[in-house]
Amino acid sequence: MPHSIDPVARLGGAVKRYGQLVALDGAQLQLQRGELLALLGPNGAGKSTAIGLLLGLIRADAGSVELFGQDPQRIEARRRIGVMLQNAELPPTLRVGELLRLTASYYPAPRALAESAELAGVTDLLGRPYAKLSGGQQRRVQFALALCGRPELLFLDEPTVGMDIEARQKLWATIRQLIAEGCSVLLTTHYLEEAEALADRVCVMSRGRMIHEGTVDQLRARVALKRIRCLSALPLDTVCGWPEVNEVRRENERLHITATEAEAVVRRLLAADPHLRELEVQRAGLAEAFTELTRDADEAADTHQREAA
Amino acid sequence: MNTAMLSAAPAMPRGRIIGAYLQEARSECLRYMRAPGFMLPIMLFPGIFYLLFGVLMAKSNGADATRYLLASYGVFGVMSPGLFGFGVSLALERDGGLLTFKRALPMPPGAYLLGKMLMAMAAAGVVILLLLTMALTLGHVSLSLTQAGALLLTGVFGVLPFCALGMYVGTLIKGQGAPGMLQLVYLPMSFMSGLWFPLPMLPKVLQQIAPVWPSYHLDMLALAAVGMNKGSLLGHALVLVGLAAAFLLMAARRLRRHG
Repeated sequence: MPHSIDPVARLGGAVKRYGQLVALDGAQLQLQRGELLALLGPNGAGKSTAIGLLLGLIRADAGSVELFGQDPQRIEARRRIGVMLQNAELPPTLRVGELLRLTASYYPAPRALAESAELAGVTDLLGRPYAKLSGGQQRRVQFALALCGRPELLFLDEPTVGMDIEARQKLWATIRQLIAEGCSVLLTTHYLEEAEALADRVCVMSRGRMIHEGTVDQLRARVALKRIRCLSALPLDTVCGWPEVNEVRRENERLHITATEAEAVVRRLLAADPHLRELEVQRAGLAEAFTELTRDADEAADTHQREAA
Repeated sequence: MNTAMLSAAPAMPRGRIIGAYLQEARSECLRYMRAPGFMLPIMLFPGIFYLLFGVLMAKSNGADATRYLLASYGVFGVMSPGLFGFGVSLALERDGGLLTFKRALPMPPGAYLLGKMLMAMAAAGVVILLLLTMALTLGHVSLSLTQAGALLLTGVFGVLPFCALGMYVGTLIKGQGAPGMLQLVYLPMSFMSGLWFPLPMLPKVLQQIAPVWPSYHLDMLALAAVGMNKGSLLGHALVLVGLAAAFLLMAARRLRRHG
């Protein structure tokens, strides 16, 4: 079926300027049905602007923005989405149940109140005024508001900030359940383990552009670095001179080496220092990959300010 | 492609759209009726002023003073849910991100403003009822049922131009600066349009510029409602409608541009 591959949300070369500042510079993004896409990037990379465009809060200066093939400012398109924003101070004197009932009233076929509350884990909070909740509880209520309209696409902007580990795990489980039911999710997060745990695809933004898009494994593989740690008395200069080594530093007695070919470096290390102890080799996580990617992009953008890192 | 995607979307039945408007209005009323920081000043200031100047101190001037001040303090009381309920809450909610959140949600157009408007009208009605009760019991003012009803209606609808004015100020200022700014509008305007002391007691200059203030025109309508202004009312009503429309348009323009 041709329409089954139509994206539920799409940015096509979207450009947004605020005066001199170019917040989005030809951003490309496609989100398919039943998929979770994590949007990553340092502060100011353009994530919020991208989301603002897709929610119809702001208009693009150029390029196209579509939600279910429609202009996001059309209410028909927004009736199919659920939203959890980073900072929204909800009416403090309203009770959780009242907030849920109000938000559900905007949608054509919302979930039953008890179902939304159960999914977000706020059943025990329904009678409490919003202002009396802790930060983590308020986040859970906002999540309940996002899913109460039975949306086909969820926007989750930093959903687990302020949550404890248990609440975070519960939220992740619910997100997986919603995706299994065919819901799509656009997630922005600073917690890379969150993207690792949930995302089908990861899209890394820097300076208003998408600099990488692919699966979490592809992103990791793109930065094929390994971390080697060991206790060794070898001088830094020696290790630094080996061709496979990218970077080396010493913290107390411990050597921290970043290398592309860990095996070759380990062979050299063992040969050079028979007293070497506590050898560890680790594949770079998403965090390293992410730092590497955004740093590369930054360096490419302003080579003149480049520091010898 | 668009048709295929569109047909998949469930339609919103008309009943549910109306339901959304009602829910919004209900929530808006509930949240402010529960906020003493909002309701108490709105009730207390006109209530205490009227009790002091309208009921206790006006005894010597006869029942007419009590009747006259019922209208003036009524207008004074009606202005504040409009200015503060609308203006301050809009300024705070723009700042706190609630307005952004609501704009991202499929809330029916205008439900947010309509909800606030109904809340302000309800609060205005409560203020008028409070003053009416004091006038009839403590002040021994005799009013016909029609007069009392007319004053109530004047208050409930008279709040609307002040909602529009408050909304406009709310779009100019974000967050905590709004209450102070609105006080600067509210208090001088009340004084200069003769709501605290009857206009004839004020300096000549103030009497001459009084028709500039919307509260002056609402006061004329309120005085007519209690039977103390026999002049033509159409002009005053038109000025209020015009001001409401003008401020509403300016505010809507700013909201669309700046959010």
